[in-house]
Amino acid sequence: MTDLTKLTIAKAREGLKKKEFSAPELVEAYAAKMAENRKLNAYVCETTEQALEQAKTSQEKINRGEGGDLEGIPLGIKDLFCTKGIPTTACSNILKGFVPPYESTVTTHLLAAGANFLGKLNLDEFAMGGSNETSAFGPVVNPWSKDVPLVPGGSSGGSAAAVAANMCAAATGTDTGGSIRQPSAFCGVTGIKPTYGRCSRWGIIAFASSLDQAGPIAKDVRDCAIMLKTMAGYDAKDSTSARKEVPDFEKVLGLDVKGMRIGIPKEYRVDGLDKEVAAYWDKAAQMLKEHGAEVVEVSLPHTKYALATYYIIAPAEASSNLARYDGLRYGNRVDGVHLDDMYINSRSAGFGKEVKRRIMIGTYVLSAGYYDAYYLKAQKVRRLIRDDFIKAFEKCDLILTPTAPTAAFPIGDKSMQENPITMWLNDIFTVSVSLAGLPAMSLPIGLNQQGLPLGMQLVGRAFDEESIFKAAYCLEKDVNFVGVK
Amino acid sequence: MSGMIINGKTGDWEVICGLEIHCQIISKSKIFSGASTHYGSDVNENVSFIDAGMPGMLPVLNKQCVRQAIKTGLGLNAKINKYSEFSRKNYFYADLPQGYQITQFQYPLVGEGFVKIDLEDGSSKNIGIERIHIEQDAGKSIHDISPTKSFIDLNRAGVGLMEIVTKPDFRSPEEAGAFLRKLRSIVRYLGTCDGNMDEGSMRCDVNVSVRRVGETAFRTRNEMKNVNSVKFVMQAIEYEARRHVETYENGGTIVQETRQFDPLKGVTKVMRKKEFAHDYRYFPEPDLLPLVLDDAFIDDVKSEMVELPDAKKERFVHELGLTPYDASVLCEARETAEWFEKAAKGHDAKKVANWMMGDFFAMLNEKKISLEESPITPENLGKLVELVTSNVINGKTAKDVFVLMAETGKAPDVIVEEKGLKQVTDTAAIEKIIDEVIAANPGNVAAYKGGKVALMGWFVGQVMKASQGKANPGVVNQIFKSKLA
Repeated sequence: MTDLTKLTIAKAREGLKKKEFSAPELVEAYAAKMAENRKLNAYVCETTEQALEQAKTSQEKINRGEGGDLEGIPLGIKDLFCTKGIPTTACSNILKGFVPPYESTVTTHLLAAGANFLGKLNLDEFAMGGSNETSAFGPVVNPWSKDVPLVPGGSSGGSAAAVAANMCAAATGTDTGGSIRQPSAFCGVTGIKPTYGRCSRWGIIAFASSLDQAGPIAKDVRDCAIMLKTMAGYDAKDSTSARKEVPDFEKVLGLDVKGMRIGIPKEYRVDGLDKEVAAYWDKAAQMLKEHGAEVVEVSLPHTKYALATYYIIAPAEASSNLARYDGLRYGNRVDGVHLDDMYINSRSAGFGKEVKRRIMIGTYVLSAGYYDAYYLKAQKVRRLIRDDFIKAFEKCDLILTPTAPTAAFPIGDKSMQENPITMWLNDIFTVSVSLAGLPAMSLPIGLNQQGLPLGMQLVGRAFDEESIFKAAYCLEKDVNFVGVK
Repeated sequence: MSGMIINGKTGDWEVICGLEIHCQIISKSKIFSGASTHYGSDVNENVSFIDAGMPGMLPVLNKQCVRQAIKTGLGLNAKINKYSEFSRKNYFYADLPQGYQITQFQYPLVGEGFVKIDLEDGSSKNIGIERIHIEQDAGKSIHDISPTKSFIDLNRAGVGLMEIVTKPDFRSPEEAGAFLRKLRSIVRYLGTCDGNMDEGSMRCDVNVSVRRVGETAFRTRNEMKNVNSVKFVMQAIEYEARRHVETYENGGTIVQETRQFDPLKGVTKVMRKKEFAHDYRYFPEPDLLPLVLDDAFIDDVKSEMVELPDAKKERFVHELGLTPYDASVLCEARETAEWFEKAAKGHDAKKVANWMMGDFFAMLNEKKISLEESPITPENLGKLVELVTSNVINGKTAKDVFVLMAETGKAPDVIVEEKGLKQVTDTAAIEKIIDEVIAANPGNVAAYKGGKVALMGWFVGQVMKASQGKANPGVVNQIFKSKLA
């Protein structure tokens, strides 16, 4: 019998419908794979027994010819999504033991569509990090690692690794500055950060409110389309969610890209860009050209300020969003004589180094006397960056860039540990897109000489995920990427 | 000129004062959550996940609170800003679950306006309104249950507030008192705030400074937080102004600080020095979109406006012939004014006003009951006035009927009927009594005829007595005069 865990959602759906296997069998196959790969540390909480119960219900529905779009499909959920009755920690000590009495809107949609949740996936603490090393549960190991354990990328490291290692059919991720796209690239899987406002943020533990956006990480482009369709939609409980119809993204798969204009931003040819990455970039452009797309050069002149801008705005919002973790009402409390002592003790013990660093940066840039020089300036630059994209999209329909400047690096990499800026540089191709609120997908383009996957990023206009899906599907067929092992 | 001048040792000083008033908005649910605003519920009964600052929760603006603030703005003759924004005011406190208060900072909902205040000397003055912004209230910390623990009640957390900021236009405690009473009257008329300072639904921060008469610049001011009655506000201003004068005249300086008014001792003391002032790190609230209003929305709120106390007073004076004093007393509370209008409908309004200002209010006071609890309905008071005007009973009998109305709640015509109190206007019957009185008192008749005209009152009294008060005193007087002429 074939390994059920290697099936895409589309294939699994078909198999379930044709009764080739049952939903509980599918869950059991994944449970076995999860146990086998436990050393990867992708899951921080396994709920396979619950998933099995859900699968039984799903199977009954399938038997009756009913069921939703994801009926009986086992998924992994990033531990940033609040899940009712299931511990949700954001991989922070400060939230250890927290069990939400509510279900996030996105996971509610997934459950309503019939998905079965296998467990909660590891991430960088509060989604702050690009390597999954800041997690209070320890780092996730990239399934592509050979001799040296490699990072899966971050912050959705557990999600990308779990999908790559077939520990779930697909996973939810969140992306603030690249947290879906970069780990997808590092793990050789496909992930899309939709337009800001496409998915409700309600029930997702906030990092930076104006940037956070949920999206799927999956085995291929079609699965991303299936997942996103279910995850997205207007939600009255999130004032920043968009009142937009959610298209059936699957419908555009296979449509041709003839005449589509693919923009290559000249400023993204940064110094020190990995040669192999650069070569794959050209190759991807060439592939789309062969399908009749037109490749044009575009300019995004303010990109060079994107990282600095991002690392002001995101920590500023984070410093405020994380103020609620004070040990008072839930999570970890470390007592003190006075209220202030309790705050200091709880937060000192509860937050990790990277989170503390960002809270301090955020607090600093919002302080009286510094606000104008940092936060306000950053907001202005953010607008310029957004305007760059608007201008670029007058000349093209999609923008193609590498997802990250390098492939996955080893866990505990010294230069990264010593200088956080090196780590932050990983976000160079993804943050500007986040600042502009645009949709972007990362899909595998091939392996480098070390046999590690590299990803390409396709960026679309706001709420035009369909163009991305169209082009990505086209590229995917040509690349014919083969997953791990 | 109602300004207060403090005659110091070295010269005359002028008092400068501005107020910031927090008004709890009357609305069924909180400003950013669906929890009830009901006052007097069990501790922590009205708390939603949003109010408790749970992870991943997002605020949603309550439209009703916006309408109420606009209505208040219109009532204060203020400009309604079609564009406003929410900001976060960051600080840590146990009764502030999110670690920030959502408020409006740079772009408030309501801009400049003014309130006309009436002063005791009959003059009036306009007090400038700087702005009104809307925000959420904090919870309550309870420190007196345990010696080592504080308890938190979040029922109030998230209740909508309007912060009304005046210009520094007050020149005396009296003006501030008049303003607060007027403001309270206006918000109660509008139904936008209870205006109960003792319950905390209206709270006042007082800013005071002084300057020498003739100086044009402002000197350093001190702020007194949460002064909770009109009387205390007035006392606090006077105390603080005198303290400033004394300090300056003794060669000292006033430093900017937050102070607290102690109502028991009637003094202010330092609460927080400037160097310990919070840095609130305001920044735009990323969870809420800017509030953009269209004309239709504002017009719709306008259509719900009621007649305000000034306009009502004006109408009572000019259309109903009331004295300005009576009109202003009756118009201070909307319920009183409406009660009066009901009572006066179709009757002599001036006489109805006299009854209300006199016997009626005295009755309420004596019984210690509110207007709503009055046993006398407005319709019945109107009827009573009508019975006198139409000579059914005389004024003296009316007083007795009023007492019975207050005791029994019966209608005056019913009482008059039951007790047989109808005035005798039958001249033959009256003449008969008069003849008897004249016959029985020859001495007094002679004295009257001899020039002691003051005896007329005595004669009339005798007739009234004999008729058990039912004789029409006017008719009695007339007949006597002709008989004794």
